Amino acid sequence: MAIEVRIPTILRSYTGGAKTVEGSGDTIADLLTDLDSRHAGLKDRLITGEGGLHRFVNVYINDEDVRFLGALDAKVNDGDSVTILPAVAGGAFAFAAAQALRG
Amino acid sequence: MARYESLLDACGNTPLIGLPRLSPSADVRLWAKLEDRNPTGSVKDRVALWMVKAAEESGRLRPGDTIIEPTSGNTGIALAMVAKLRGYRLVCVMPENVSSERTAILRMYGAEIIFSPAAGGSNRAVAVAKEIAADHPDWVMLYQYGNEANARAHYESTGPEILRDLPGITHFVAGLGTTGTLMGVGRYLREKVEDIEVIAAEPRYGELVYGLRNLDEGYVPELYDATVLTRRFSVGTRDSVLRTRQLVEVEGMFVGFSTGAVLHAALSVAHQALKAGKRADVVFLVADGGWKYLSTGAYGGTLAEAESALEGQLWA
Repeated sequence: MAIEVRIPTILRSYTGGAKTVEGSGDTIADLLTDLDSRHAGLKDRLITGEGGLHRFVNVYINDEDVRFLGALDAKVNDGDSVTILPAVAGGAFAFAAAQALRG
Repeated sequence: MARYESLLDACGNTPLIGLPRLSPSADVRLWAKLEDRNPTGSVKDRVALWMVKAAEESGRLRPGDTIIEPTSGNTGIALAMVAKLRGYRLVCVMPENVSSERTAILRMYGAEIIFSPAAGGSNRAVAVAKEIAADHPDWVMLYQYGNEANARAHYESTGPEILRDLPGITHFVAGLGTTGTLMGVGRYLREKVEDIEVIAAEPRYGELVYGLRNLDEGYVPELYDATVLTRRFSVGTRDSVLRTRQLVEVEGMFVGFSTGAVLHAALSVAHQALKAGKRADVVFLVADGGWKYLSTGAYGGTLAEAESALEGQLWA
């Protein structure tokens, strides 16, 4: 079994349009390196020059934010689901934004 | 004593209600902090009142002044009520295709509305509000995402209320939007309760909502400080709808969909505590009731239908 990784719309240019891809590795860093071997450029969009996660990128393992699980060192296992999402403002104002995006 | 001199005095002191049926065991209990019991029906009454008071105390706001804010949700409604009672004019900037209920509630409270182009979404409305504010130097923009009084409202009121009512609290769970609730309550509880867990539940929306052109257009509220949190969950639409319905079916609480996401995270940590054989008193925050979301249709029908009704909406 592999690790399923969900790719947000804005990064699908690196995955040939695929919404989900599969990868392997013991940590998030390993997993991203593995993905980058088939989807070149993806890793650079997620990790900054200093080696940390991009400020406006959130990565979740089974719905939990990796920044609270060891960040790039967070452990992953076969069968886990990893989700990559851009950070967007939520809260009270968000409803209007949604309506706007739909329109 | 439940008598108050005015509506503003009735802000806060909301009840903390046990969930005997959803709690996993006698030693692992769930508690709901019912913020819909505030004057305009949401947690944002505290935020609006604190931000206005802070602006008054610093001299930024004087009687008769105009407040401008990019909002159409609970913060706008709360600000409209506070502005009316304290003698200010409120101008709300929002995308032109916001739901008619929202504009009707705001106008009822006396707020004026300026529409920004729908296509630009929230970023555009914030930009328009900033432009208008620049043209009117005497107008005051409170800007909840970066206003310290937002988090302080919870540090000074919500947090102390929770600890007063439940000194044995082990976990606090709330939604992550402006981040004000989690920053304020979280900081207060961390100072007072050893090993407190502060857990964020972040709504995960449909794809349309994340349709930014590039990652640099992302946004993290200025108030956010990750060191206040111990865990952060992303909760999808389906789980949020499921939990929202479960809460009304099992415990009789009719809440908005953001609370479904919060309950999902709260149940997750409660069951982890149960498995680990640990005692837990998990408090989760109910930001508002379900009334304003009825027109989504997501309270009825199948889960798939509800998910599709909320697709593309920022339901929290």
